[in-house]
Amino acid sequence: MSAVSSVSCLQANEWICGEYVRDRADELTDATVEHIVITATAIGIALVVALPLALLARRWRLAAGGILGATTVLYTVPTLAMYALLLPVFGISMSVVVCGLVLYSLTVLVRNTLEGLRAVPDEAREAARGLGYGRLRLLLTVELPLALPALMAGVRIATVSAVSLTTVGAIVGYGGLGNLIYSGMDSYFKAQVLTASVLCVVLAVASDLLLLLAQRLLTPWARAGGRRRWRRRAAVPQQDTLTKISGTV
Amino acid sequence: MGSVEEAWDWLGDGSNWSGPAGIWHRLNEHLQLTGLCLLISCAIALPLALWLGHNGGRRFGGALAINISNAGRAVPTFAVLVLLTLGPLGRHGELPTIIALVLFAVPPLLTNAYVGISTADRDVVQAARGMGMSRTQLLGRVEVPLAFPLIMTGVRTAAVQIVATATLAALPGGGGLGRIITAGFATYRTGQVVAGALLVALLALAIEGLLVLAQRLLDPTPRRATPRRRASRTTQSEPVGRRIS
Repeated sequence: MSAVSSVSCLQANEWICGEYVRDRADELTDATVEHIVITATAIGIALVVALPLALLARRWRLAAGGILGATTVLYTVPTLAMYALLLPVFGISMSVVVCGLVLYSLTVLVRNTLEGLRAVPDEAREAARGLGYGRLRLLLTVELPLALPALMAGVRIATVSAVSLTTVGAIVGYGGLGNLIYSGMDSYFKAQVLTASVLCVVLAVASDLLLLLAQRLLTPWARAGGRRRWRRRAAVPQQDTLTKISGTV
Repeated sequence: MGSVEEAWDWLGDGSNWSGPAGIWHRLNEHLQLTGLCLLISCAIALPLALWLGHNGGRRFGGALAINISNAGRAVPTFAVLVLLTLGPLGRHGELPTIIALVLFAVPPLLTNAYVGISTADRDVVQAARGMGMSRTQLLGRVEVPLAFPLIMTGVRTAAVQIVATATLAALPGGGGLGRIITAGFATYRTGQVVAGALLVALLALAIEGLLVLAQRLLDPTPRRATPRRRASRTTQSEPVGRRIS
């Protein structure tokens, strides 16, 4: 590609522009890193908050209704309104976006953890108790590992949503790639908007696949079962991969 | 908490409610846009879901209905709004906003309705066919009533999704209540930002509440415990098609 034609793709304001990606590689990297930091912090905090809430909800039926109801109400609030409502609490800062994402992620994380814990077979629990397991050891070594697939499915949904919702944080200046979309919208810079949008989708898909991989590494017993199933269904491997990647819970 | 008081004052000022940039006008814009887009989305998604889900589901139907929701979640609504506005459709007023809203409302409608129809109690469907019902009768009198709770869940999710995305549409210059928030940001009036956000949140909650009420009142099989329990279990284990903006 000659220098003349690559200059003209910026000047012509084309959607796809290699020159832009080369010129602004630093800007794009910074935005992507900020995007990842915001999303990862939010999911991390949400997990730390969701686990005790799920345990609380399992212990008391009344708490379950309250916690699930409150998180569902929070989930109904539109993103832009959520960030705007958190503005008086944190001022213009990254905490606005992170806190908003934590509140959204709680809905799916609490629900999935609770369902995973409830689905632990009573036989497994009885057996562990028969072996003399205390309550904490039962939770850490039997119940949580068995609830892990449901929990990880929740983490994947929450992460993919958070990657997408982070872009709206551009309204307070902390939207990662969303900042580039926002400024590109103002200056009518097509290449910037499209590149940042595509990076967002790539980020969402990549994090989903990474979490899927983590789930498979963390639950070797499920993988062994899966491999057996694979062999049986050798005739339709594509169908099987499809459902696995789509991650229906 | 000074900005909360500011927000209260802003809401109390009558001049903020009237005029072309006032609350009533913005609310009207928001409701019209939401209603229009919900109608278009239902017109596209529900017939498709009935066709795909009829008779226990077509083979490719499940994969399509579920993957479309999963794929939709990875695409930021904000990015799609901006892309459509900057694209060739941007010259046609509200068209890019309407297309973006419909694009994000179809997946939850399609997925929930499909799951509802295709998991309708097989015994009941068999019995109805044994009674000599035609395909239309089977759909209208058996499968749709049994799937009603899930269809309504889809409508509710789609409606709240549209309200939320319509708020975002204010960023690339659309109308609606989101404009109050963006105008507040542009003029550094935190009070106005918070007031606008409160109105948007209340609107979303009110629409959700109204649709829950409508679902209870309209449910054609309210006293049958079995199909409802089935349906609610499917809803919980099927968080596909969640709101994403």
